[in-house]
Amino acid sequence: MTLRTASGRDWASHPPLNYPPYRSTALRAPTKPLIPIARSLSETTGPIYGDESVGPLDNDLTRNGRRNGEPLGERIIVTGRVVDELGRPIRHSLVEVWQANAAGRYVHKVDQHDAPLDPNFLGGGRCVTDEDGIYRFYTIKPGAYPWGNHPNAWRPNHIHFSLLGPSIASRLVTQMYFPGDPLLTLDPIYLGVPAEARERLVSTFSIDVTEPGFALGYVFDIVLRGGRETPFER
Amino acid sequence: MVTKQTPSQTVGPYFAYGLTAQQYHYPNGQIADGTLADDKMPGRVRIIGRVLDGDGQPIPDAMVEIWQADSDGRYGWAGARGFGRQGTGTDAESRFIFDTVKPGSIGGGQAPHLTVILFMRGLLTHLYTRIYFSDDAEANRADPVLAAVPADRRHSLVARREETANGIVYHFDIHMQGEGETVFFDF
Ligand SMILES: [Fe+2]
Repeated sequence: MTLRTASGRDWASHPPLNYPPYRSTALRAPTKPLIPIARSLSETTGPIYGDESVGPLDNDLTRNGRRNGEPLGERIIVTGRVVDELGRPIRHSLVEVWQANAAGRYVHKVDQHDAPLDPNFLGGGRCVTDEDGIYRFYTIKPGAYPWGNHPNAWRPNHIHFSLLGPSIASRLVTQMYFPGDPLLTLDPIYLGVPAEARERLVSTFSIDVTEPGFALGYVFDIVLRGGRETPFER
Repeated sequence: MVTKQTPSQTVGPYFAYGLTAQQYHYPNGQIADGTLADDKMPGRVRIIGRVLDGDGQPIPDAMVEIWQADSDGRYGWAGARGFGRQGTGTDAESRFIFDTVKPGSIGGGQAPHLTVILFMRGLLTHLYTRIYFSDDAEANRADPVLAAVPADRRHSLVARREETANGIVYHFDIHMQGEGETVFFDF
């Protein structure tokens, strides 16, 4: 049995491979078109990482990098629902996140940005969606940081997300942004997304998610490819 | 209710401590690495490759994931699960290295293969390709996916087998552009 590509990648939602304003695409984007293939088990299966793959502090970036105190910056809660294209929850599925600290500096060794590291913040975490497809983690609001793409280029505040979903076809790596960020309209990575789809990457502030006296809440729902397949015999 | 796909974004240059922390010697864990089969596993093979940019330069900040069936052609095997993940930033030659078993055929006339998912700075949306094996020439000729690929590009999907003192090694370089540009799939 193979599956029709009804839930193929929606190229009206995803950035193109070659996008000249993002200069690094020039030597890294393939020049020949992708070759369409029918899906087989190799594409409709995938690794399953559930609750057993996360430790107790993995979903709390305000605690999992502590050495001698609390990390600096604005504590936030990020939560959302992971669903397929029919809106059905993706249950017990791994979400991995990584981000800069409040000053806009990554722990990564090649980050040369002249902003302070925070000895109590690592910036990496993991969580698993629940029965309703909902994930939730605590972190520090990441700072903006400069990069070398063009003169005076700055990345908007963002959190990197990696999702596995139920199959290799549902794999997604993306970035979550914050509402009202003035850098969004100047950022070629964000602007690489077709205009009609961009806002799906911008989280919304939620007073309901906000914990009184503790942390602001942001909601970022995620739709993974899948759900619209039509199985048929070959 | 039909909802639209969340757009992809690049993995960027700083994924290492998020997705491949142990490999890059950060203190937090990672879910999968380059070892899908340990040295006690019968039939273990090594897959080594590089990711090359349009100037032919090895890319030191790519992340390569593989997904494969076991030696009997079954997906979802216990233990290492058939999923591997390697960044190209810890090897002096920017190579990715997977220790695994060669998968069996999954049926449907398909020759043994691994699925590869490729991420890197400069790639706004990840890419999929496949690794086939040079010692399966006959099965490769009958494979329906390879048949969908122009004949003069099929070689880009076939790993070259080498017998070494330490066992069997398959070499598979990924060429983003240029002569021998690797075939990438959409499905
Ligand atoms: Fe980033």
